[in-house]
Amino acid sequence: MTDLLDTMLTRARKGVMSRREFMARTTAMGVSAGIASALYGKVARADEPKKGGVIRGGIYGGESTNSLDPALAASPVPVITCSTWGEMLCDVTPDGGLDMRVAEEASSSPDAKVWTFKIRQGVEFHNGKTVTAEDVVATLKRHTDEKSQSGALGIVQGIAEMKAEGDKVVLTLTSGNSDLPYLLADYHLGIQPNGGFDNPTEGIGAGPYKVETFEPGVRTVFTKHANYFDSSVGHADQVEILVINDNTARTAALQSGQVHMINRVDPKISELLKGSPDVAVKQTAGRGHFVFIMHVDKAPFDNNDLRMALKLGINRQEMVDKILGGLGSRGNDFPINAAYPLFDDTIPQREYDAAAAADYYKKSGHDGSPIILRAAPGAFPGAVDAANLFAASANAAGIPLQVKLEPDDGYWTNVWNVEPFCASYWGGRAVQDQMYTTAYLSTADWNDTKFKNMAFDELLIAARAELDLAKKKADYSQMAQILRDEGGLILPMFNDFVEGVRNEIGGWYDDPNGELINGRALSRCWLT
Amino acid sequence: MHPVLKLVVQRVALGLLLLLAVSAVIFLGVEALPGDTAQAILGQSATPVALENLREKMGLNEPALTRYFHWLGGVLTGDLGTSLTNGTDIAQAIGQRLGNTLFLASCAAVISVPLALVLGIIAARYAGRWPDKVISGLTLATISLPEFVAAYFVIYLLTQVFPIFQPVAMVFPGMGFWSKLHAVALPVIVLVLVVLAHMMRMTRAAILNVMQSAYIETAELKGLRPIQIIWRHAFPNAIAPIVSVVVLNLAYLVVGVVVVEVVFGYNALGQYLVDHVTKRDLPVVQAVGLVFAGVYIGLNILADVIAIVANPRLRHPK
Repeated sequence: MTDLLDTMLTRARKGVMSRREFMARTTAMGVSAGIASALYGKVARADEPKKGGVIRGGIYGGESTNSLDPALAASPVPVITCSTWGEMLCDVTPDGGLDMRVAEEASSSPDAKVWTFKIRQGVEFHNGKTVTAEDVVATLKRHTDEKSQSGALGIVQGIAEMKAEGDKVVLTLTSGNSDLPYLLADYHLGIQPNGGFDNPTEGIGAGPYKVETFEPGVRTVFTKHANYFDSSVGHADQVEILVINDNTARTAALQSGQVHMINRVDPKISELLKGSPDVAVKQTAGRGHFVFIMHVDKAPFDNNDLRMALKLGINRQEMVDKILGGLGSRGNDFPINAAYPLFDDTIPQREYDAAAAADYYKKSGHDGSPIILRAAPGAFPGAVDAANLFAASANAAGIPLQVKLEPDDGYWTNVWNVEPFCASYWGGRAVQDQMYTTAYLSTADWNDTKFKNMAFDELLIAARAELDLAKKKADYSQMAQILRDEGGLILPMFNDFVEGVRNEIGGWYDDPNGELINGRALSRCWLT
Repeated sequence: MHPVLKLVVQRVALGLLLLLAVSAVIFLGVEALPGDTAQAILGQSATPVALENLREKMGLNEPALTRYFHWLGGVLTGDLGTSLTNGTDIAQAIGQRLGNTLFLASCAAVISVPLALVLGIIAARYAGRWPDKVISGLTLATISLPEFVAAYFVIYLLTQVFPIFQPVAMVFPGMGFWSKLHAVALPVIVLVLVVLAHMMRMTRAAILNVMQSAYIETAELKGLRPIQIIWRHAFPNAIAPIVSVVVLNLAYLVVGVVVVEVVFGYNALGQYLVDHVTKRDLPVVQAVGLVFAGVYIGLNILADVIAIVANPRLRHPK
């Protein structure tokens, strides 16, 4: 035990273990909280942020087609870029609370229909202009404009009316939504001067760093925003994003110190990387998940017994072990896990059960012709292998599941949302309501399982305006069970964020909201 | 008109026609791919409304022929247009990336071409003996290695075991010449390994071929040293086939190194092209395709001219 304690103290000294993590681990070992705290205070000068230096991130997921317009951000590099120069009304904290940023306060009418955001005084844009309520309204307007093609359109289209009143922004919704501040924490919605109408790609925001150089698909260089309102954020003088899409090069860049942190550590090499003395592997449970989706309105998937047979015929543990290398957790056929607020952990975990699957298959009366599952390597990492594992376990239960390999090119156009059974993924959303509304409400644009259930819809609408958290949680639990037992979603696994961080980086903490501390690792960490 | 000049003019004119044909083929090819730019950009998050808006904005609703001639008109007046996906100026982006491509290619060429010639001459001088076997064996081994394997190997060796270089070879405007050289060291090493064997083998074969001639025997009989025979009598007469292989490899260094670019994160044209093909960004694909075709055609013209200049029989046709 003393060895373990020594190791942890060393890690704390280097700044790779946060106070929170240190306290949790040591108290779990039986050290009293008081002693643990004293120990930590003694070694962890590192816990006091150090200012200065240059932090570089080697990030997977950027292309030379990227733009600085936050409305168009979709892949990891643009998302992290937006989170570095942009400042939203509020952020979602790792434990599911709200961290007020440009807005100082948010309050709503009792039916959650009218929301008032009080804008913080003295927040400054990178161009020296002060952030006003008018800028906030203009930003939201730009993203609600049908012509803007904003990725946040689905989030903000429920706002019927928005107006600026002095230092307040008043938003009236078409129907009550108690989660509105969570939705407005979306990375697309960084507040821009005049909403970015003048020049959507200029990259001027109110975030802790301002864009100095932007070379799409290559790198972005940021310098500290001198007049940023919060001194506890933004420690390095300069931060850089280097786009490194190749796994090996990214890992080598981390090990050789060319970059300080990387995202998307390949599960296959995470064990090897853990042996490296200069690097720590950070594993954070997130909300992203890999799925196999059936269209419930098309034969043979319109038969719930057949759907149930397939749900029971998949070996989830095997998927987590083999596809994710253990860096993930099992799914339960609804898109919510413990990383979400108000998750009900009492819903029983669905297991692989060949006998029960065979019974359901027999009951479905299926004619025994091959059931085709389509997958492409890009549907999610390891999709084709996962589909083959699925077919093997289903075949063992007597279900004639067959995998059809599709090309990556055009997969999202020609297969996903077109073919009745295919592999796909979801990135997760800020709150349960948003996830369900995006893909499982009858009228959802991206209802990729064609799931239409009146009871489910009613629960969703009711829960949305519900301010009583206990009731809201009960509604969500009921919805989860409906989807789990009747939906077209087969959700074998949630994938963790797996990231590599060098030991000279201090201030790291886990955040389930998104990869690399929800895109904020560059502005929240410091060089020790 | 001097026959060489006439030939150059003919070849350039033909080359321009070829470029036109290439642009049409690229256009047809990209059009034939499933999905369009709007779908490629929006991907999984495409809704019918968003698709329609984006198509309208990017002018994708125009008929294909109209778009092609519109683009062609722009190119003829020196305007490559702007990228559909992020609205940046294509000429500017290509300018910078082409500079990087040429920098990497020249670094690799400056090392590999002389090295290949020298090794080829040595191999020819000691044909069938151990220096020949060692040189041939090693270069054949490096050419047989896929580029990305060679790349991972040098990354491991020169950034992990001996941390001399950096694995990510990005270069930026404003970097000094020496730091640029340091940055591209690894891709240069890989490219040298890849192109060396081809040029070296051709040098060796061409020289050995000439060595069968009667005048070489004369040179031997008058007592010249073997290396002098090769250098003064055999090599000048073997230049034509060597040059055409060298040029072929130079063209490869400019247009064919996308795998190496990706592995080292090198921001040059190949990566830029692949990104835009994925997004069906036609103006960019067209422009880069044109640049690549131009380089290929230009280098081939150069090879022909050098072959003619080096050969008196072709220089003074009867």
